[in-house]
Amino acid sequence: MKISARRHDKTTIFDLSGDIDFANSPVVRDSVLREIRESRTPRVLVNLSQVRYMDSSGVASLVEGLKASRDLGSRFILVGLSTSTRDVLQLSRLIKVFEVYDNEEQAMAS
Amino acid sequence: MLALYSNPKWFSTVRGAVERLTETLGFPIAQGRSITRAVDEALTNIVRHSYSNRLDQPIAMYFRRAQRRHDGQVQQGLEILLCDRGPAVDPSKFQGRPLEEIRPGGLGLHFIRQAIDTVEFTRKGSTNRLCLVKYLAHRSSVL
Repeated sequence: MKISARRHDKTTIFDLSGDIDFANSPVVRDSVLREIRESRTPRVLVNLSQVRYMDSSGVASLVEGLKASRDLGSRFILVGLSTSTRDVLQLSRLIKVFEVYDNEEQAMAS
Repeated sequence: MLALYSNPKWFSTVRGAVERLTETLGFPIAQGRSITRAVDEALTNIVRHSYSNRLDQPIAMYFRRAQRRHDGQVQQGLEILLCDRGPAVDPSKFQGRPLEEIRPGGLGLHFIRQAIDTVEFTRKGSTNRLCLVKYLAHRSSVL
C-alpha cells in the first residue's frame, strides 16, 4: 500500500494505492487522523481509485476519520471507489454514512 | 496445504493464492472476492484474538473440495480449514457488532458470514480449527 498527500487551499487529498489490510491500515488511520485533528484541515479527501482491496481494518480506519471530522465540524470525503472498496462499504452498510463522489473534480466542486 | 507465520505481511500472498484458487474452481469473480475477503478476515482474527498480535506463531491452511446434496442435486464447493495453536476460544464470543452502529471494528465476522455457506469452529487438542465452506451454484461447477 502507498499513501501520499496533496494540498489545495483548504483541502488535503490522500492518494491511496494497493491493498489496505491489517498490516498497513494503521498508517492510513494515523495519517488521516493527524490531518484532521492536528492540522485541522477543513476538508479531507481520500482517493481510493487505485485501491485494489480493503479489509475491515481499512474500513475501521475510514470510520475513525469520519468520526473525527464530525467531531471537529470538518468534511471527510471518499472519492473513486473501486468495485472492491464499494463492495466492502456496502457489506458493512456504511456507504451511506460517508460523503462519496465518483472523482476528485466532483468532490472539489461540492 | 499452506503454512505461514502470523505476520500480516504474508496475507496479501494468501489472498492472491485464494483468489486464483476460486477462479480455477469456477466461482464467479464476485464470489471469489468475497471468499478471499473472508479468509483474510479469518487470518486477521487469528492474529488479533488467538495470538494477541504476535507475529511469529504458526497458522496452517488446508484446502479441499467439498460436496453436499442441496435441493436434490449434488453441489460442489471449496472447504478451507484454518488452524492455529493459540489458547482455546469461546465460540459464543464470535459475534460481530450490530451493523446499525457507526463505529470502527467488529466487521470481520460479518464479512465471513456474508461470504461463506458454513462456518464451523472447533477445538481439537491444542489447535483451534475454523472451517469455512462455500458451495458453487449448480450450473457453474467446474470441479
